[in-house]
Amino acid sequence: MSLDSWREVLDVLGRNKLRTGLTALSVAWGIFMLVLLLGAGNGLRHGVEYDFRDDATNSIWIRQGKTSLPFEGHAPGRPVNFEMSDIAAIRRDVAGLDHMSGRYYLRGGFPVSRGNKSASFDIRGCHPDHQYLERTSILAGRFINDLDVSERRKVAVIGPTVKSVLFGASDPLGEIINIRGVNYTVIGVFEDQGGQGELRRIYIPISTAQLVYHGGDRVHQIMYTTGAASLDESQAMAKRSRQVLAERHHFNPEDRRAVQISNNLAQFRKLMDIFDWVRTFVWVVGVGTLFAGIVGVSNIMIISVQERTLEIGIRKAIGATPGSIIGMILTEALLITSVAGYVGLTAGVALVEAVRRNLPENDYVRNPTVDVRVAVVATLLLIGAGALAGVLPALQAARVRPVVAMRNV
Amino acid sequence: MIVLRGVNKSYRTGDAAVHVLKDVDLVINEGEMVSVMGSSGSGKSTLLNILGLLDDHDAGTYHLGETLIANLGERRAAQYRNRFIGFVFQSFNLLAFKSALENVALPLYYQGVPRRERNRIALDYLRKVDLEDRANHLPSELSGGQKQRVAIARALIAKPKLLLADEPTGALDSATSYQLMELLRSINAQGITMVIVTHEPDIAERTDRVIVLKDGCVFRDGS
Repeated sequence: MSLDSWREVLDVLGRNKLRTGLTALSVAWGIFMLVLLLGAGNGLRHGVEYDFRDDATNSIWIRQGKTSLPFEGHAPGRPVNFEMSDIAAIRRDVAGLDHMSGRYYLRGGFPVSRGNKSASFDIRGCHPDHQYLERTSILAGRFINDLDVSERRKVAVIGPTVKSVLFGASDPLGEIINIRGVNYTVIGVFEDQGGQGELRRIYIPISTAQLVYHGGDRVHQIMYTTGAASLDESQAMAKRSRQVLAERHHFNPEDRRAVQISNNLAQFRKLMDIFDWVRTFVWVVGVGTLFAGIVGVSNIMIISVQERTLEIGIRKAIGATPGSIIGMILTEALLITSVAGYVGLTAGVALVEAVRRNLPENDYVRNPTVDVRVAVVATLLLIGAGALAGVLPALQAARVRPVVAMRNV
Repeated sequence: MIVLRGVNKSYRTGDAAVHVLKDVDLVINEGEMVSVMGSSGSGKSTLLNILGLLDDHDAGTYHLGETLIANLGERRAAQYRNRFIGFVFQSFNLLAFKSALENVALPLYYQGVPRRERNRIALDYLRKVDLEDRANHLPSELSGGQKQRVAIARALIAKPKLLLADEPTGALDSATSYQLMELLRSINAQGITMVIVTHEPDIAERTDRVIVLKDGCVFRDGS
């Protein structure tokens, strides 16, 4: 393509603004809508994923309950109380589990003080692996470790709200806090995505909690992650855990209320399945939009060639070769679709980005983003289709007989 | 310049073939100014299209200059049209979205002449048809006579050996028609062979030789 033929094409496009504008609009609109749809789809997916940010998605949570079925001479309604040995038994008998922790709740708000500052916070005793289950991230210092548990150390890991209330801006590490009359050394500050309640929390070693608050061997809750287990495998692990506990606590293994087991993976998968449908839907609509754009471009190219029969006839009469006519029509098609495609792409990405920045906090849509590669591929596809859509009319145009074209005026 | 021997042409319309040209023999010498007359359907426009390589003939031979015109192919035909033949049409056939100057320069675009150069030449040719001051007007801003003069400038810019005009005065009033014929005659005087199709006797009168076609045959040929 010489500079001169580009100039000729630009000139023709510029002198036929309506035709150029309509073609460009249909291309830009197709890409624009596709980008918006992709952004919306990603926003929905991120919303779902965000709902699961708090806890490990591959985790199983076991709460103690009351028996609802008679078993081995025991009447229903008997409470099941977990002990430390249950944790060991589950770890031994359930294959494939990864991180594991027990949890000991100190019921009711506990008065926590440092110097003259005092407030009521939520205290939990736990194992070191608890960090993985709650997806707790450490801001400073460290989380509870195995030595803390085995030596029943009086150490505490505190949430950001606890830190700001008791310590303000000063460094809490190594400082002493008093939890209902017992002194603890602060060893770490954590961050958790679970909301306000999580931030007002203090973690202490589970063994310390049992000792200091007369818990004996008691555990309130047991949870573990299932590693890379599939959904079926994780369901089997949950079932096996119930059997282990049924045997140890003498309840019917079919009794679903004696212990309540919730499998995060199952819930996550269920939502992900819904999301897969949403994504499929988005793609179908997106591809449909793209296809509509392609049809629009082809249509306008064909009409434009018909409308220009006279022009093409004149050009041929004064010496335009068929090749130069094809070149002209194709260049026009390519130029319009690529410029308009680029504009639509940019506008779509800009809008999605603007929405992302200004999106109010909500439960459903988060962080709508567009995979630029996907958007670029879609744009290239439309440009290619635009060029292809130009080929047929261009060949048709090249066949135009000047005499016929000029006679039909 | 032009030698036709036994040229035939028929068109197929539906089932019926219409035999438009029947064994036409014709010799037109270089520098002649010839008019072709005939009633509508006599084949005069078809003859002009064949002469102008806008249409091909079925049988017979056509020599343009030294070249035998047969199975040229679209591309070669386009190049011949561009280099050897200028066209003037009844309906002017200017590109509506291009200025007079750009219309005149268009044949040179297809010869690959740079823009600045071809616009300069086009202005020269507009001057020759006395329309220098209308160079930047669109065809819609010109009168019929002016449009036809722009078309003539466009036909001449590639320095053709042959100028073919299909009812060039068909859309013009008599006074303008006569002026146009004066212009064509002066162009002919520069050595360009000219074939004008017309159905107006007073236009034919202003050429050197009148060929009358009737039912696809040469009915009369003389001055």
